[in-house]
Amino acid sequence: MAKKFLSGDEAFAEGVRLARPQVISAYPITPQTIVVEKLSEMVEDGSLKSEFIHVESEHSALSCAMGASSVGARAFTATSSQGLLYMAECLTYASGGRFPILMMNANRSTALPWNIYGDQRDSISLLDSGWIQAYAENAQEALDLALLGYYIAEKKEVSTPYMANLDGFVLTHTYEVVDVPTREQADAFLPPFETDNRLDLEHPRNLGFSAGPDYNTQFKMKEHAGLLKVREVVAEAEDRFAAIFGRQYTGLTESYRTEDADYILVTLGSIAGLVRETVDALRANGKKVGLLRLRYLRPFPNQEIASAAANTKALAVLEKDISFGNEGTVYTNVVSALHKAGIAIPTANYVGGLGGKNISAEDIRQIFEDLSQGQQGLHFVGTGGEAD
Amino acid sequence: MSLNARTLNEEEFFYGHKACAGCGGSLAVRIALKVLGERSIAVLPAGCMSAVGFNFPQLCFGNNAIISTFAGTASMLTGIEAGLRARGETNYHAVGFAGDGGTADIGIQALSGAIDRNDDILYICYDNEAYMNTGIQKSSLTPFGARTTTTPAGKNIRGNLRPKKNMFEIVAAHGIPYAATASIGYLNDFIAKVEKASKIRGTKYIHIIAPCPTGWGIATDETVEVARQVVDCGLWYLAEYENGNFTLTHQPKQLADPADYLKRQARFRHLTEEDIELIRQSRDLKWEQIRKNYKNIQEEKQP
Repeated sequence: MAKKFLSGDEAFAEGVRLARPQVISAYPITPQTIVVEKLSEMVEDGSLKSEFIHVESEHSALSCAMGASSVGARAFTATSSQGLLYMAECLTYASGGRFPILMMNANRSTALPWNIYGDQRDSISLLDSGWIQAYAENAQEALDLALLGYYIAEKKEVSTPYMANLDGFVLTHTYEVVDVPTREQADAFLPPFETDNRLDLEHPRNLGFSAGPDYNTQFKMKEHAGLLKVREVVAEAEDRFAAIFGRQYTGLTESYRTEDADYILVTLGSIAGLVRETVDALRANGKKVGLLRLRYLRPFPNQEIASAAANTKALAVLEKDISFGNEGTVYTNVVSALHKAGIAIPTANYVGGLGGKNISAEDIRQIFEDLSQGQQGLHFVGTGGEAD
Repeated sequence: MSLNARTLNEEEFFYGHKACAGCGGSLAVRIALKVLGERSIAVLPAGCMSAVGFNFPQLCFGNNAIISTFAGTASMLTGIEAGLRARGETNYHAVGFAGDGGTADIGIQALSGAIDRNDDILYICYDNEAYMNTGIQKSSLTPFGARTTTTPAGKNIRGNLRPKKNMFEIVAAHGIPYAATASIGYLNDFIAKVEKASKIRGTKYIHIIAPCPTGWGIATDETVEVARQVVDCGLWYLAEYENGNFTLTHQPKQLADPADYLKRQARFRHLTEEDIELIRQSRDLKWEQIRKNYKNIQEEKQP
């Protein structure tokens, strides 16, 4: 293992290199661009043996990746924001076809107004597309998700595409020290892609077909079952990962000081780092607060949320997303998890970081303070512009 | 020896589908797969040929086949070809079959991208001159004057007002290794072109006119005859593009009057004599260009 100073995009590209995708098809978009530049360099210098396809759009990027996956080749693509929305048709196609493609998405705001900075409205608007959705907190986790992503997606009982999300700029463009595994370690962890779900020249078959009302529900039930399998496959993959790389991840969520917490803040992505620090600072002042970081939104960690919140007094969700006309979608999902577990506590929803707006430690302290005062409902964080 | 209708593979790869009686598109797919053989992977976007052939559990392709997104025929072909190559496979054909809408409208971007990359794929457009699968709506390959459900022929507007886009020349303008036009009325010409294309590396494009009895308003046993007539009257022509040159592969001795071709089809029945004269004039203008810019295969054969 070598320590390198890498941005999130660069770290992810290193992870992709170690995963040996056979076909890469990608179209550039800020803030994902560095990933495809790095991968192009790796193909050029021979450190990555892969067919690099210069597609003319994001729609073609994922369509091409599906073609590669449909003949049993490991495929990779990356996108962001408008690009993700432009290829949206192919997302449900890939999941329905059970093609375990890995895609990195650089979380970025969606137009209008135009904005290239990070929020999570792009990927969260596609929660129902049938993809596994993971959210990295830092560059190390980004690299590791590239390897874990293929391992989990390609498991026969899962066979579901995997979207690894990195917060735009905050994660994609920020440099950190990252442990880059060796080729031997990566190969020991990730076996070559094997699947029966492929067009086979020796045993011809038809894929990507139509299924009318008589069969459609059965196919969709199988797709759902594949996603539900992800929980146990994530656990198995992460234990295997820890044995080889020495880093242990914690499944669909990561709990931090939630055991005896009166107030829990649920969030996802890179902001979790600041929340963790703020929890420590508040704990030092005797406040019993905790963090629950959602590492995955699909499958949704219903059980993990229920067990983390079992003894807490109140809970808030902080997310870089809003479903206009309702509330933050992560909040909707979290409240559903609590309700199903019979946990009736006050909850509040904080929508922040839209279009890259900074969320400060003071914002987070205020959320915990509000919670302790019985705050509920939906609140926007960071509404102050230059005028104030 | 090159293939023809007599020496063609007797095995069927597109069989038991539910295409309409007299369907020209299904004949094009069936014949092309007989030429290309069982190591073909066919990509079909949303459209007639996927709608009639891929209904689980009745799947009718004897070779490998997959439905792509409507816009994604060419890009999925690219991925399939690259994936097979990356897996070390050899001796296969990645072939796409898309209709006129799937090719000239929604799929043109992905097709242009594939040609630009010179991906080793064969793209066959079966052109029935409208969105037939959804019930006869105008595409950019619907000819001038044709009545469709979105270009109705009434008192104010007499059908489609725009001429048919020349996809063959648009594709050729990319500098593609091989492009050709064809008609299901001239099957040996089509067979020879598919066979030729199958031996060329890089992107190949064949655009075949494939009448649709349902959408054109002809009898189901007239498909082939009408597909010959459109060539004989010069509203379609059989040609190739290779190495920067256009070549006619079939030179009608004298162009027949398009009026007979037009008047037998319900979609043109409303046309006035003036409309038909406009069609004659635009045909003549095109043939002037063809005589100027295209080589004639018969001329080439002379010593």
